[in-house]
Amino acid sequence: MLKLIKSLSAAALLSVVAISGAHAAGAAIEYKSVDWSHEGPFGTYDRAAAQRGLQVYREVCAGCHSLEQVSFRTLADLGFTEDEIKAIAAEGTYMDGPNDEGDMFERAGKPFDKFPSPFANEKAARASNGGAFPPDLSLIVKARPGFENYLYSLLTGYEDAPEDHKLPAGMAYNAYFAGHNIAMPAPLAEDGVEYADGTKASVDQMAKDVTVFLAWAAEPKLEERKNMGLKVILFLLLLGGIFYAAKRKVWSDLH
Amino acid sequence: MSFQPKNPMVKWVEHRLPIVGMVHHALYDYPTPKNLSYWWTFGSLAGFMLVVQIITGIVLSMHYTPHVDLAFNSVEHIMRDVNYGWLLRYMHANGASMFFIVVYLHIFRGLYYGSYKAPRELLWWLGLVIFLLMMATAFMGYVLPWGQMSFWGATVITNLFGAIPVVGDTIVTWLWGGFSVDNPTLNRFFSLHYLLPFVIVGVVILHIWSLHTNGSNNPTGLDLKEKSDSIPFHPYYTIKDLFGLAVFLIFFSAFLFYAPNYLGHPDNYIPANPLVTPAHIVPEWYFLPFYAILRAVPDKLGGVLLMFGAIAILFLLPWLDRSRIRSARFRPIYKQLFWIFVADCILLTYIGGKPAEGAYILWGRIATIYYFVHILILLPLVGLFEKPKPLPASISEDVLAKKGSAGEASNA
Repeated sequence: MLKLIKSLSAAALLSVVAISGAHAAGAAIEYKSVDWSHEGPFGTYDRAAAQRGLQVYREVCAGCHSLEQVSFRTLADLGFTEDEIKAIAAEGTYMDGPNDEGDMFERAGKPFDKFPSPFANEKAARASNGGAFPPDLSLIVKARPGFENYLYSLLTGYEDAPEDHKLPAGMAYNAYFAGHNIAMPAPLAEDGVEYADGTKASVDQMAKDVTVFLAWAAEPKLEERKNMGLKVILFLLLLGGIFYAAKRKVWSDLH
Repeated sequence: MSFQPKNPMVKWVEHRLPIVGMVHHALYDYPTPKNLSYWWTFGSLAGFMLVVQIITGIVLSMHYTPHVDLAFNSVEHIMRDVNYGWLLRYMHANGASMFFIVVYLHIFRGLYYGSYKAPRELLWWLGLVIFLLMMATAFMGYVLPWGQMSFWGATVITNLFGAIPVVGDTIVTWLWGGFSVDNPTLNRFFSLHYLLPFVIVGVVILHIWSLHTNGSNNPTGLDLKEKSDSIPFHPYYTIKDLFGLAVFLIFFSAFLFYAPNYLGHPDNYIPANPLVTPAHIVPEWYFLPFYAILRAVPDKLGGVLLMFGAIAILFLLPWLDRSRIRSARFRPIYKQLFWIFVADCILLTYIGGKPAEGAYILWGRIATIYYFVHILILLPLVGLFEKPKPLPASISEDVLAKKGSAGEASNA
C-alpha cells in the first residue's frame, strides 16, 4: 500500500507538472495578483464588493457589453432584497407578446428576465463600436486564462503606448491584452460612479468590485459548491475510515 | 455451482433463468488470488465511473439541447437554473477525466504485471476496445457544450480523416453531414455520445466474462495452483474495493468541488465561433500523448497513421512480449524499461499540450520514437535476453515468505 501511494503520488506530481505546463501554453503575460475573498476552500463572495460591482457594470460596462446568461432574480444571492431586484429589473424594457390581439408590446423588466443586451445583434454592436464586438460578460472570468486576475489586470492595465509600439488608429494600449492593442477605450475613470456606501470610487476599487461581480456572474453556485464539498469530503473520510477498519477485520482471519 | 438458493421465489426464477446464480458466482464466490494489491482496485473503479457517467449523462441530456444556436446556452441553463445542474455537469465533465485516470492506471497495471499474456489475450483486446470506445465517446462529449474548443477540436480531429488518400475528403464530408462542422455534426455526435456508453457496457460484460474464465492475474503473475492461493471475492475484495472507492471519491471530490474547471480549457466558455480560431487548439489532457504523436510527424497522413498505430500495436503486445514470466517483479530489466516507458508517456502528455515549435518538436519526436522502440524492439528483445529472478512455488508461498521476512501485513 505504501508503495502504491508512493508511485501514485510520483505519477500524479509528474502529471500535474505535465498538465499545468500544457495549461500555461497560452499565458505568456504575468497578471497582477489579488487575494480574492472567494478563493480557497472556504471562500465566499464579498457581497458589498459585488453589489458595488453591479453598479459599475450597470453604469459603465452595460453601455456596450451584454450579460445575457444572468437573470435579475439571481441577484438575491448577492444580498439584494426582492423589492430592490424588482426595481433594478423594471429599469429595462422588453419586447413581449404576442398578446390576445396578436400584437407585440413593450413592458418593463421582471425579476425572471435576463439582463438586457445593449445591442440587438452582433452586427449592430460592431457598427457602434468601430468594428469591434464587445463580448458578453456572463462567463468572461472563466473564459480567459488568468481568470479574475486577468480581468482586474486588464481593467487597470491601460497605459500610454511605448515609443516603439505602433498603435493602430482607434485602438488603446493595454499592458495585459494579448498583442496590447485593445479596441475598448479605458472604461474606468476616477470617480466614474458614485458609490452609495461611500467607498471612494478609484479605478482600482471599481476594477476590483466589478471583477467580483463578474466572478459571481460566471460561477453563481461557487459557495453552494464549496459548502457541499466540505460535507462530502468529511463524510467520505468517515466512510473510508469505516471501510478501512472493516477491511482490516475481514482480512484478519486470513493471516 | 455452489449457489443453492433457499428462497422459493429465487429457486423458481433460478430454475428458469440462472441469473441470480451467475451474479452470485461473479461477485460472491468468484475465486480470487489472495495477494491482489490495491493496483487491482482500478478495474472496479473504472466500472464505477462508467456508471457515474451514464447516470449523470442521462440526467444532463434531459436538460441539454443539441442545436448550434442553443447548445451553449442550454449548458449554462443547466449550470444556473437546473436544481443541482452545476453538480451534475461538473461531475460528468470531471468524471470523464477520472474515468481516464483510473483506466490509464488499470492499463499500466496490466503492462507491469503482464496481464495481457496467455491465456488473457482476448481479455486485453476487449480492454483496448473499451479504451477506443471511451476515446470516441469522450471526444464527442467534449463537442456538445459547443464552446470554442468543442468546435475547433471537432474540426481538427475530423479533418484527420481527410488524410486518407483518394476518399479522405468524401469521408470528412460524410462525417460532418455537410461541408463544415455544423448542426448536423453536433446532432450526430450527441446521438452517438448517448449510444456508445451502452456499447461500452456490453464490451465491459465481455471483458468481465473473459476475466472470470481464467481468473485475475496477480502480483506474482503465477497461476492459481493450490486451494489456499485463492479467496472468495466476497467479502475480501468487495470490502477492499469499497475502501479503494472511498479514497478515490475523495480525490474525485477535490476536483469536483474545489477545482472543477482545472482540467478544462477557458476557451470552452466562449461560444463556438467558426470565424475565430483559438490561438492554441488543444484536446483534453487524456488525448495529449496521442496528439503529441500525431504532431511528431511532419506529414499529415503519416501522423494520423502513427497515432492510430500507437494504439494498434498494443493489440500485438501478447505476442511482442517474448518473456514467459508475467510479473515485472521477477523481470529486473523489464521493470526498469516499464518505468522509463511510463516517463515517456508523461513526457508525451506534456509535449501534447505545448505548441508545436522549437525544442518541443524535437522532444516530441524523441518521445514518439521511444514509444514505438519500447514496444516493437525493446519488449521482444528483453524477453529473449533477460535472466528472470527465481519464481516462488506458489502464491501462498510468496505471501508467507513476505510475511515472514518483513513482519508486516504483505498486502494490507
